[in-house]
Amino acid sequence: MTALPATTKKKLGLVIDLDTCVGCHACATSCKEWNTGGYSAPLTDEQPYGADPHGTWLNRVHSYEVGTGAQSRTVNFPRSCLHCETPACVTVCPTGASYKRAEDGIVLVNPDTCIGCKLCSWACPYGAREYDYKHGVMKKCTLCIDRIYNETLPEEDRQPACVRACPTGARHFGDLGDASSPVSKLVAERGGYDLLPEMNFKPTNKYLPPRPKRDETTAKPLSTPRETIPQHDGSPTERLFAWVDKVLSA
Amino acid sequence: MNPAYSVILFTTASGAGYGLLVYLAVFVILGAILPTDLFGLYGLILALALVTTGLLSSTLHLGHPERSWRALSQWQTSWLSREGVLAVATYVPAGLWLLLALLAPGTWWIVSAFLALLTAIGALATVWSTGKIYQSLPTIRAWSQSVVPPVYVLLALATGGVLMTLLIKLNGGSGARTSIIAAILLLASAAAKWLYWRKIDNMPRTWTAGAATGLGSLGAVRPLDPPHTEPNFIMREMGYKIARRHAEKLRFLTLGAGLLAPAALLALAGSVPGAPGLLATVIAAFGVAVGVLTERWLFFAEAQHVVSLYYGAQQA
Repeated sequence: MTALPATTKKKLGLVIDLDTCVGCHACATSCKEWNTGGYSAPLTDEQPYGADPHGTWLNRVHSYEVGTGAQSRTVNFPRSCLHCETPACVTVCPTGASYKRAEDGIVLVNPDTCIGCKLCSWACPYGAREYDYKHGVMKKCTLCIDRIYNETLPEEDRQPACVRACPTGARHFGDLGDASSPVSKLVAERGGYDLLPEMNFKPTNKYLPPRPKRDETTAKPLSTPRETIPQHDGSPTERLFAWVDKVLSA
Repeated sequence: MNPAYSVILFTTASGAGYGLLVYLAVFVILGAILPTDLFGLYGLILALALVTTGLLSSTLHLGHPERSWRALSQWQTSWLSREGVLAVATYVPAGLWLLLALLAPGTWWIVSAFLALLTAIGALATVWSTGKIYQSLPTIRAWSQSVVPPVYVLLALATGGVLMTLLIKLNGGSGARTSIIAAILLLASAAAKWLYWRKIDNMPRTWTAGAATGLGSLGAVRPLDPPHTEPNFIMREMGYKIARRHAEKLRFLTLGAGLLAPAALLALAGSVPGAPGLLATVIAAFGVAVGVLTERWLFFAEAQHVVSLYYGAQQA
């Protein structure tokens, strides 16, 4: 059904730290790797070695240059479905293939009933949905429902592939509806924010802003380099090493 | 937005068909088409053929056309589903009306008139819901204007009016009043389109790259490294951009050759009987066809999606 649940028991989602993300694309590639064999398999690539290669990915990592002068910086920006509380992608769906789960708030597409009209992708401001031209259905982030509840996996693997893959720990997974959860605390502590909040789709995923940058033009260095290089002291140990060095170099 | 030819053909062909259905219905209700007149039957067949061609064409852009029946289920939330339900529902009175005209021409006028009324209501509601599909998307500012559904209805009625005039002329009639009404509707469409363009040119584009990324407070946000080296679905579907000067030329073509000139020709044709009048109407019909196809193409090509902010646009 494309009618939205009034409330969801949980609000599972991601918290993405833009301060520590290094833009390595490990989240995007591990997402592709897991999901091309997972719930919405396959994630088709077309002409991978041809003139016009393109394919379906559920996570994309942009790199932006932000600000100017001494305060400019590079911010890496992973972008995927935000599992909104009031997603228009669900309500515009004519078939009911798009739906939001009442139990955990995850937004999913049923690949068996999707007609591939692409209207949901028009309704999403975040570009979260990518159409699989080959299979004629819409694909999107599933928050790895086939990992997070998968009891055949070791417990530490029961989180989204992107979170598991992130080498800098910039991605966090949890229940954002529970104020005492580690992710909610992290959002509160670091001032996590919504993308385009004025659009009123109430994203579940939150982004943590980059920490303030030190101003290189005025900040003092944390330590001063030593002014002089220590001189030879002529001790027996030093003379021994000099002799060994000379013998070995001969 | 990418102007998909199947959607352009669908909305223009079915729009004209629904417009023609409304005309035929009004004629039947007013008694202007005699129940025994074959002309009404041919008109009905043409209108339903246009509508059906349009609807079939719309399924061409689907990934799974064989599943399109599923689109009838979510009318409570989805305008696309509502459009589907209304389109299918309109076939019921229209089909019965056609059946009556085929099997028992000249009898049960009151039944025909009632079926024609239901058909006209269904036709108008279907075209309105087509406009609502676009108007209900806040992600595309140029579409979420309140003038969008009325423009769809006006253009459907105007194109239907041109077809009706053509049919009357082909049947040897003068079509004096019909052609004047069609000309007025073309003028009204031109005025509505002009208003629409003025509106989208002057609307404040308040969505920014800074708001889309949430990084605006740190300064201007510029793309540095792209997330992918080749265009993905998002860029192919929503990244279409038309050069401003091309858009302006096409707007003039739509207004001038597509709406205003045909309106003048139709107004003249109404008082010119015989072959010259017919020729003027045929030329007007061609002009209108080019006009609405260009108008619909522009409707997509000029529309910018908010997602373009992630791909380098500064405002949307």
